[in-house]
Amino acid sequence: MAAIEQDSDRFSLGQLWFDKRYRAVVMQILVVAGVCLFVAYIAVNAVQNLEALGKTFGFNFLWAPSSYDINQSLIAYNSRDTHFRAGVVGLINTGLIAVGGCIFATILGFIFGVLRLSSNWLINRIVYCYIEFIRNVPVLVQILLWHGVIISTLPSPRQALTATEGIYLSNRGFYVPAPIVEDAFIVVVIAFFAAIAGVVAFRRWAKKHQEATGQIYPVLSISFAAIIGLPVIAFFLAGMPLTLDAPELRGFNFQGGMVLRPEFTALWFALSVYTSAFIAEIVRSGIQAVSHGQTEAAFALGIRPNWTMRLIVIPQALRVIVPPLTSQYLNLTKNSSLAIAIGYMDLVATLGGITLNQTGKEMECMMIVLLIYLSISLTISAFMNWYNRRIALVER
Amino acid sequence: MVDASRSYEPGTHPDLPPPLAVRGPILWMRKNLFGSPLNVILTLVSLYLLYLIVPGILNWAVFDAVFVAGSREECREIDSGACWALANVRFGQFIYGFYPVSERWRIDLTAVLFLLALLPLLWDRTPYRRQWFIYSGLFPLVAFFLLVGGFGLDRVETTRIGGFTLNVVIGVTGIVASLPLGILLALGRRSHMPIVRTLCVMFIEFIRGVPLITLLFVASTMLNYFLPPGTTFDLILRVLIMVTLFSSAYIAEVVRGGLQAIPKGQTEAADAMGLGYWQSMRLIVLPQALKISIPGIVNTFVGLFKDTTLVVIIGLTDVLGVGRASLADSKWQGLAWEVYVFIAILFFVCCFSMARYSIYLEKKLHTGHKR
Repeated sequence: MAAIEQDSDRFSLGQLWFDKRYRAVVMQILVVAGVCLFVAYIAVNAVQNLEALGKTFGFNFLWAPSSYDINQSLIAYNSRDTHFRAGVVGLINTGLIAVGGCIFATILGFIFGVLRLSSNWLINRIVYCYIEFIRNVPVLVQILLWHGVIISTLPSPRQALTATEGIYLSNRGFYVPAPIVEDAFIVVVIAFFAAIAGVVAFRRWAKKHQEATGQIYPVLSISFAAIIGLPVIAFFLAGMPLTLDAPELRGFNFQGGMVLRPEFTALWFALSVYTSAFIAEIVRSGIQAVSHGQTEAAFALGIRPNWTMRLIVIPQALRVIVPPLTSQYLNLTKNSSLAIAIGYMDLVATLGGITLNQTGKEMECMMIVLLIYLSISLTISAFMNWYNRRIALVER
Repeated sequence: MVDASRSYEPGTHPDLPPPLAVRGPILWMRKNLFGSPLNVILTLVSLYLLYLIVPGILNWAVFDAVFVAGSREECREIDSGACWALANVRFGQFIYGFYPVSERWRIDLTAVLFLLALLPLLWDRTPYRRQWFIYSGLFPLVAFFLLVGGFGLDRVETTRIGGFTLNVVIGVTGIVASLPLGILLALGRRSHMPIVRTLCVMFIEFIRGVPLITLLFVASTMLNYFLPPGTTFDLILRVLIMVTLFSSAYIAEVVRGGLQAIPKGQTEAADAMGLGYWQSMRLIVLPQALKISIPGIVNTFVGLFKDTTLVVIIGLTDVLGVGRASLADSKWQGLAWEVYVFIAILFFVCCFSMARYSIYLEKKLHTGHKR
């Protein structure tokens, strides 16, 4: 006992572990040392392995010709372009499927979420079965299913299903006429942006006017009418500066027009449907999270039901809905990497697939792909945090 | 029955049942199906849709389906519906992959033992539950020897484990291994030690920020670079490690949510009682936190189990791989619907029962702490 009391002022080695103050520091130093050792071990191994295989580490391969084709590209690309450009094409394709998927999934998800809340028993049950089935089947199975169905059950281009002249459905894709824009079309674009600016100004004015006088204008319908109507009027005034390039059957496939390829259609449809089942559940729980007292209070104040929904319930439900909704968008974007299973040329299929196999630069390619996905995720998370803070301010 | 013609003394009239329109199925239908004009329209529209869809599906999947045939052509000659004969002929492959046929009993035995090991976890009134848990703890070892071989059993190459067995093996291993790792990560993320916390945050955010398929690519193409030269490493083992790391990051976030919901007073009370960090976590905080994170944890497990299909992309023949291989067989070409619907049903049964069990558990553990 006496020895311990004497030692309590002095520093002893045992204190490093048994004294709470030092233990935290010691443990962190140990952890850092461990991580450093691990990283060093990995690095040394990697250097040795690369040497043994005669490979060098570097990103110069990105500027070499890719010498492979990509069947869907929104920017000019051919096999003489660089690997870098192939990667950009892949990234744009990933973005296309992500944005398109998010839009379609949101629409479907909100419809099913609201239907799931319906007091109609039959609708309720049907939507429940649908959501549960979609949610509990792997998305990869769904992607392969739709792809397989499009490839194997739709007819070949020669016997393509057609609704009217110019629209064809075949196992090579969904062909529609492509719009060819003439110079005068710029008028329509200007009209569109002018309409948006006008609507923004009108909304501000209407809000001020309402605060001053209490008079309410039907802002929403007027906005819609302006944004859609003005460009349409401009289109006709400018003499319809748009011609259609209809697809034509030449040889074994269609030429001209616009095409939704089977890979794109299958991936887009499967991802949207899969994600929409999750969004529906989010929407349902969001609306249910708004306490019934809010609706009752609104009714007691004499606010009409559709106004109650718009002004009372939806703003409060959105606060619950938006955070998980963003993470569903993120999931959809990440799931779009499954494109490689059906040959849709997204980022993973170009840079992480063909480029990787052609150049043998596994490490560099995977690093780029991982970094790109990571930055997309972190950007969306940052946006979500910003949005959360913003709507939290609206709250009391 | 009340006799309408009879008159009753005051106070002796028997109770009449309510009129037919306000009780029983008629009331229920009026309330739930035909409550308002909109509801009537919705009901009629959905009945019409059901009329369009359900008979078609039933005819295709059951009445016109062919269960026994030798090839797609034979199926089409017999009837116009689904050609389940494919799933029938290749059922063994779908379930066992390319595991030697003479050794398939080992997978069956493992499955039975697995269910037995699961029993005390799922059912809290199992007799001798504590002793039974010891067996559950030993089960992974038993399963490993049964599946891979050793102790007198023939060795089976791990590459021959395939089909649905592979999905279950990857799923269960991932689930079992990722839970403790995830809890540790969650505790690390809430630790007071800045370096530990930063490392945990970096790990979790990195894993959650990238798609699983890229991680699997890393496992299949890149991992060899990081190991000492000349090491060969089983592909399934690499996948297992990646899947575990992947789902542990998600588990960590779910558990962190649970930890955040526990009031600070609980930890303070534990401190006041003289419990150390691990004791207070083990005895006070984690039991409460895990209880409220059960739905999230099960959701993560369901997601993980569904994600096991991704291994087909890096060349393992799981159930989806077997399916694609059968579609490539010229005898069965063009049966995409049948193959994928069959696989979808397999997964649906497993995932849906997991989800239902989590709802049951949530209700059972709902002891009033939930706000």
